[in-house]
Amino acid sequence: MRDSFIELRARERARAILDADTFRELLGPFDRMKSPWLPLQGVVTQADDGVVVARGRVDGKPAVVAAIEGAYQGGSIGEVSGAKIAGALELALRDCERGRPVRPVLVLETGGVRLQEANLGLAAIAEIHAAIVALRRHVPVVGVVAGLVGCFGGMSLAAALCSRLIVTRQARLGMNGPEVIEQEAGIAELDSMDGAEVWGLMGGEQRHATGLADVLVEDDVGAIAAQVREAFNTTAPPRSEQVQVFCRRLAGIDPGHPPSPKALRTLWAREGEP
Amino acid sequence: MESLSFSYPAREAVASRVHVGVVGSGDLEVLLEPSPDGRAHVTVTTSVPGFGAVWKNVLDRFFSRFDGAAAIEINDFGATPGVVMLRLEQAAEALRA
Repeated sequence: MRDSFIELRARERARAILDADTFRELLGPFDRMKSPWLPLQGVVTQADDGVVVARGRVDGKPAVVAAIEGAYQGGSIGEVSGAKIAGALELALRDCERGRPVRPVLVLETGGVRLQEANLGLAAIAEIHAAIVALRRHVPVVGVVAGLVGCFGGMSLAAALCSRLIVTRQARLGMNGPEVIEQEAGIAELDSMDGAEVWGLMGGEQRHATGLADVLVEDDVGAIAAQVREAFNTTAPPRSEQVQVFCRRLAGIDPGHPPSPKALRTLWAREGEP
Repeated sequence: MESLSFSYPAREAVASRVHVGVVGSGDLEVLLEPSPDGRAHVTVTTSVPGFGAVWKNVLDRFFSRFDGAAAIEINDFGATPGVVMLRLEQAAEALRA
C-alpha cells in the first residue's frame, strides 16, 4: 500500500523528506512567531503562521526544508510565513557562500499571497524569488508540489524558479487558480468545478508533459523522498534559465486560437521525448 | 473571533511540550506546555463566537481525567466538540509517550 505524502500535514511532510531522525525545527509553534495582522481582521492565527522550517539532512548532507501548511488559510503567504521561507533560503545561501552547502527543499502548498496581508506578503514572496535565484547558483533548489491545494499566484513563480520541480498527478500549478479564472473570465472560460478540465489544464501530469515540471511522481512518501534526493544530483540548468526555449514555444502559439491541453502536449513535448 | 480563558486544579507536573493539530477548517491546534503555577490554564481563541458554555463543558470533561499542570493554548477554526476532545486527548497521549 502506498504511504500518502499528500495526507501528511506540513510538519510531517518536512520530517518525511529529511533523513530519519534529523528533523530539527526552527521557529516552531512554541516560538509563536505568528501573524500580527490577522487578529486585527478577526482571523484566528496559527502559532507557526503556516510554515514549518526544519534543518536536517538529505542523503547525509545538511539540508533545510520549508513546508507550507495548505490547511491553514489556504497555505497563503503572509509577512511572517513569507519571511520564514525567505530567511531559511537566505541563511542557506550564506552557508553556501561560506563553503558549507545546504540542500534547500520547498514543499509548496499555497494559494499565493495572503490577501489580508497584501503588500507585506507580496514583498516576502519577492524576497523568496530573489533568494531562490541566488541560491540555485550554488546548489539545486528543489520544489515539491504534492496537492491538495496546489501552487498558485506569486508562489507558482517560486515553483517555476526552482532548479527542479517535483509534482504528483494530484498537484495543480498555475498563476491563477481555477476559481479566480472562473470569477474573472466567466464560466465559459473555465468551470472551476470541472475537475477533469481543471487538472487537464494545470494538473501535475499536464505540467510535466508540457515541460513545466521536471518530475512526475506517485503520491508516496518513499517515492517523493527518493526523487528529492535524485534532484540534488541534477546538473541540468533550471527551466527558467532556458529563456530561448520558452520564447520559441510561446511564439508557436496563437492566443486567438489557444491549443487544447492535449495539443499543447504535442507542441511542447518534453525535449528528447515523443 | 472570541477569546476564552479557563483554569483547573492540577496534581501532576508537566515535563514537556506538545503541539498537535492545525488551524484549518473544522480543526484546531493545541499547544500544551508546563504551567508556571501548578494549576492548569486554558486559553481558547476561536473563530466561532458564542459557544463559551460548550467549551466549558468539553474542558470540564477533559480535566475530569487529566490532572497535569499544563498551560494549554487552543487556536480553533470551527472544530466540533468531538474534534476538540480528540485533539486534547491526542495532546495528552503525546505527553505520555
